Amino acid sequence: MAENGNELLALLFRTYADAAILSSPETAHVVVDGQSLVSANAIPGVSVAGRREDGVIVAEIVVAPGVEVRNPIHTCVGIMQPEGDQHLRMVVRLGEGARARLVSHCLFPNARRVRHEMEARLDLAAGAELDYSEGHVHGPYGGVTVIPRSVVRVGPAARFRSDFHLIQGRAGEVALEARVEVAEGGVAEITARIAGSGSDHISLRDELVLAGRDARGLIKTRVALSDAARAEVLGITRGQAAGARGHMDCMELVRDHAVARAEPVVDVSHPLAKVTHEAAVGTVDQKQLDTLMAHGLSPEAAVDVIVTGLLR
Amino acid sequence: MTELLQIDGLSFTVAGRAILDSVDLALEAGEIHVLLGANGTGKTTLANLVMGCSGYQPTAGTIRFRGRPIDGLPIHERARLGITLTWQEPARFEGLKVRDYLTLGEDPGDPAAWLERVGLAADAYLDRAVDKTLSGGERKRIELASALALRPRLAILDEPGAGIDLLSIDEIVGLIRDLRRPDAAVLLITHQQELAQVADRASYLCGGRILATGKPERIAEAYRRRPCKVCDGEVCRG
Repeated sequence: MAENGNELLALLFRTYADAAILSSPETAHVVVDGQSLVSANAIPGVSVAGRREDGVIVAEIVVAPGVEVRNPIHTCVGIMQPEGDQHLRMVVRLGEGARARLVSHCLFPNARRVRHEMEARLDLAAGAELDYSEGHVHGPYGGVTVIPRSVVRVGPAARFRSDFHLIQGRAGEVALEARVEVAEGGVAEITARIAGSGSDHISLRDELVLAGRDARGLIKTRVALSDAARAEVLGITRGQAAGARGHMDCMELVRDHAVARAEPVVDVSHPLAKVTHEAAVGTVDQKQLDTLMAHGLSPEAAVDVIVTGLLR
Repeated sequence: MTELLQIDGLSFTVAGRAILDSVDLALEAGEIHVLLGANGTGKTTLANLVMGCSGYQPTAGTIRFRGRPIDGLPIHERARLGITLTWQEPARFEGLKVRDYLTLGEDPGDPAAWLERVGLAADAYLDRAVDKTLSGGERKRIELASALALRPRLAILDEPGAGIDLLSIDEIVGLIRDLRRPDAAVLLITHQQELAQVADRASYLCGGRILATGKPERIAEAYRRRPCKVCDGEVCRG
């Protein structure tokens, strides 16, 4: 394992108490430091392959049909140096009826001029279930550009749940795009939770296509901004089949000179589909503040409680 | 008994309209004092002024707590002196667990015990969020639990029984009695006769003024017999 890879893992272990499980031979994992594939581990029923292809690290994780993966599959990617680029392509496939949890750790603790691009393709066959969590740890400098783009196909009666969270350190420049297509009877829940401060700029584009009969989906976005941070959140849900049900729930909390914009797009092309949305952009709710202060919390502590809760 | 809260000549005007007009009110330690009055007569405004809520600065008059003027103090400093307020419609907090909400104050004790005291099973509620998934009645009970946890010297309860089923009124009465201690008082705002009966004294607020203070039965009777459904006729001359 490369020296930087060790640093990356050491940070991971310090950050997440349960990350030690990554060392277990019973845990499937991929570790990528910068443009180097540090480590990969497959387990019965889960194949893990990594390679370098035209300057891009490609990681492929395949869960065989019917396999229920006991330990979460981990991916750990990051750059420990202040400067560097990382280009990743991740392909995840779950066979029919397979079930797994995939935890992705993205670590850029010292970033001053770092660029991380990731293209992900996730395919869930019929009846498969994937719980995907992507957590970012950024440093205090705001010098990181994060561009994750993912395309997800949720098969018939399959379930997909994702949770992207970037709440440690300065977000930097974030351009997140996700397109999730849900087949008949499938369910998709996409959540993004991001905190921005300083001059951070956050752009989110989530598109949910409820293509199959009785497909269901939720886009949930929580963004908390302070200082001069900016955010644009675009949520699109398309109801294209009978019984399709979708909802978008976007909340952006702004303080100081921060600026936020939320745009929910409801696109229904079948008379028996239904898509709803709620969006709120504003400062900290005064009644919430008063309530917490009536418990003796200072205004600053009260704001912390509200923001932390929103991003939890 | 010792005077805990002293309000003298308190007025509050919004856009030229007097919401409170020279209100005088005193609460003694160990007392449960109920504030009666029709909707829109200024009861909640008075509660917000005593707590020091945002946007509530008296136009005239003084509020003293344990002999000390508190008009200029922000809400959290009043809270640290021992004042708290439970809202008629309590705020909800996404991601804030009941367990954490009940331990916000200093030396909060066991949150499970406070939940059980308000009739909620600790196992079922401690890890739930204080958010919109709670019913109105559940949220009110949690608000009362948080008041118990704070052990305030002055608990202002704004319609604590609203949204809670009638069968539970006896429980609420018990909770209000718990909040009254020899060195602590309760200012109760309610429209519910059953709750008002727990008070030692009552004041009748109408048109932004305290018209009478005395035994709860007498004040409640005067309130019931008022000639006008909104006030006692003195304000609208109905």
